[in-house]
Amino acid sequence: MSNARAKSMRTPLGRVRNLGAAHSGTGDFWRQRLTAVAMTLLIVPVVVVVIMLLGRNQAGAAQILGSIPIAVIMLLFVIASCWHMKIGMQVVIEDYVHNEPLKLIAIMANNFFSVTVALASIYALIKLSTGV
Amino acid sequence: MILSIVHRATGVALYFGTLLLAWWLIAAASGPSAYSYVQGFMASFLGRLIVFGYTWALLHHLLSGIRHFVWDLGYGFKPNERETLTWGALIGGISLTVLVWIVAYAVGGGR
Repeated sequence: MSNARAKSMRTPLGRVRNLGAAHSGTGDFWRQRLTAVAMTLLIVPVVVVVIMLLGRNQAGAAQILGSIPIAVIMLLFVIASCWHMKIGMQVVIEDYVHNEPLKLIAIMANNFFSVTVALASIYALIKLSTGV
Repeated sequence: MILSIVHRATGVALYFGTLLLAWWLIAAASGPSAYSYVQGFMASFLGRLIVFGYTWALLHHLLSGIRHFVWDLGYGFKPNERETLTWGALIGGISLTVLVWIVAYAVGGGR
């Protein structure tokens, strides 16, 4: 084993950082799966909540969405989905957009869009819970 | 094979479809007139079509994603297993979508 290490072309610093050729490690790969598992667990409660809201007016919908367990379920789903979609869209952009400036702009726009959708939804859910 | 690109396509569709979820939550937090406007749109033919498509994209992407979990764990690579997973995701996604809409109409239609 030590012999194999000695023949490795990787520098000691590279081994410690353990980020690989992409220089960003496996963080996004892991988080994509983490958020996917989270949503798999949350999908049934979320669908139940949406069906509970069907046909109700704003007052009824606000009352249901303002209850703590339902707000927490919805907040977790919004956070997981926005994070998941940001990583997924970045993979799509990196696969199909090969013009470097355009790629950077697309990745930035993807970040802005995902964060804005997440924050707007989170703000709405918190507002519903606090009744302001 | 073709299901791989469908997983990606439904993912991209859901990316923009998230705007519907955000719009609906913001409207609920804004007040009765904003909420009834969203309800009016969702109840229109176009609205129902979009939400039906969103439901299918979500459930297909979910089942297709579970297929990826199986592969990530190192199972399901034999040809017949891949076929089963693929057809399971395709048929399961359509069946669950129809089931959710039947339940939605049965529950929501009564209000």
